[in-house]
Amino acid sequence: MLEWAVAAGKVAFSLFVLLNFVMVLTWAERKQSALMQDRIGANRASILGFTLLGLFHPIADAIKMVTKEDFVPQGASRALHTLAPFIALFFALISFAVIPLGDELAVGGCTISLQVIDLNVGILYVFAAMSLGVYGFVLAGWASGNNFSLLGALRASSQMISYEITIGATVVGLIMVFGTASLQTLVRRQGDLLLGFLPGWGVFYQPLGFLLFTTAAMAETKRAPFDLPEGESEIIGYFTEYSGIKFGMFLMTDFTETVVMAGLVVTLFFGGWQFPYLQPDGFHFPGAAVVSISPLAVSIAQVMTFLVKLAVFCWLFLLVRWTFPRFRYDQLMRLGWQMMLPLSILNVLVTGALLLLLHR
Amino acid sequence: MSRPKDAMNRLRDPEALSFWQRTYVPEILRGLKLTAAHFFRNLLIHIFHLAGLWKDRRGAETVQYPEEVRGYSPRLRSLHRLTKRDDGSPRCVACMMCETICPARCIYIVATEHPDPNIEKRPASFDIDLGKCVFCGFCVEVCPEDAIRMDTHILNFAAYSRQEMVWDINRLLSNEPQRVEGIGEIRKVK
Ligand code: SF4
Ligand code: SF4
Repeated sequence: MLEWAVAAGKVAFSLFVLLNFVMVLTWAERKQSALMQDRIGANRASILGFTLLGLFHPIADAIKMVTKEDFVPQGASRALHTLAPFIALFFALISFAVIPLGDELAVGGCTISLQVIDLNVGILYVFAAMSLGVYGFVLAGWASGNNFSLLGALRASSQMISYEITIGATVVGLIMVFGTASLQTLVRRQGDLLLGFLPGWGVFYQPLGFLLFTTAAMAETKRAPFDLPEGESEIIGYFTEYSGIKFGMFLMTDFTETVVMAGLVVTLFFGGWQFPYLQPDGFHFPGAAVVSISPLAVSIAQVMTFLVKLAVFCWLFLLVRWTFPRFRYDQLMRLGWQMMLPLSILNVLVTGALLLLLHR
Repeated sequence: MSRPKDAMNRLRDPEALSFWQRTYVPEILRGLKLTAAHFFRNLLIHIFHLAGLWKDRRGAETVQYPEEVRGYSPRLRSLHRLTKRDDGSPRCVACMMCETICPARCIYIVATEHPDPNIEKRPASFDIDLGKCVFCGFCVEVCPEDAIRMDTHILNFAAYSRQEMVWDINRLLSNEPQRVEGIGEIRKVK
């Protein structure tokens, strides 16, 4: 019984974090792009005259999406047309389950892992969920009964599959270094120090892998400069025939994917919930100085650390999204197959060779 | 940020780029630096504004229109008005010049006899359908009596029905000219 309650609590907490990030991200996107372009951004939605920097806009958006007409075009397959956004959103949401928000939390004699589920193939699970999510986009294009949407869906699936290969290949190097595919174990091993003073984060072991992974992750989220699948108004994407809340679900999928990808980058390359020099019983600074803090405070600090890192990477993704123009399709494919894939394989080979040399 | 000329030429010729440049990494970083600099500068200005400082620096170029307006140019063609004689009656002599030249055919004048024998006619009714008007200003230019002008600087006369968009002689006569001041300056309204 208690196990179930704990499991439900963990799911709820994880979803709470994810969905709130998604909601705030829709606001952050508008505000951040506005600041970057010397504009003000959404600031009119108000409750009783309070605008709160436009923070009510996500709510206003949600109300708008829900109350709009839900249109299914003639010739579309009604069931599949409705199913598609659910598939896309579902797989985006569940991939957050294996991302650890913190280490174990000890309350009242039992320890709770601050992660929905610790799979020993955590990374593969995320990839599987992402790959299945592609079905949502393909179905959306296919079921719309619109040839342009179908082409958009084909673009989306070929882009996502191409970049998933790079993502998979870059992560191999990381798995080789840390010797695990479980994200929680991976983060724990990043707590060790590198050369005695650097936090042993993945980015210090795999700088090239980090660059490749981040780029491919941005391509996976299908946002500029990789937003060819959507190209809202010009090249017509897979959700052209969607309106109302179903369209909103596709938008939410994008933002969710952004958060999940940012979470993955943080977990894989930036030590997840690891705060530099913070061990389960307090700070251990390089000069053998130790400051001990209570385990509960450590847990809170870990979750906060993770959230701050997540926010920083969401910010970075938005910065990239609002800085660069879109790729042409052939450039996109060339980048994926001719540059990033060979580089990621090279990364694996070099990592392997170095590991072999160092361990002998 | 100006760029040396030969760098520009090298960009056009991909063969002349060094390997490092061809990876796009330096240009990507430059782009990110530019946008991030704008982001942080504006963020800082907004934070200082919240604290009541740096009010003279704008964190955004945006003019928050209904609350802020810019001083309009005297050449701006805004809502029409009919000018008046000293006794308050319209200067218009119902010569129909404006009605004739109007490319949108949105001026409707009904002429009647003027009580003063020195003045031939006066408008019994003078309607402008602003829903059709294209704000060309021909009516102002063509008027021999300087009886119609577009210097009210009123731009927000949208209405909920087409009928309300038709301005009759009384509404047109009640419009006042707007003094021109601070062209292009941003002012708070009220
Ligand atoms: S501004 Fe042009 S369109 Fe408008 S009433 Fe005058 S002549 Fe007609
Ligand atoms: S041109 Fe002038 S005087 Fe003639 S009808 Fe028009 S407003 Fe009146």
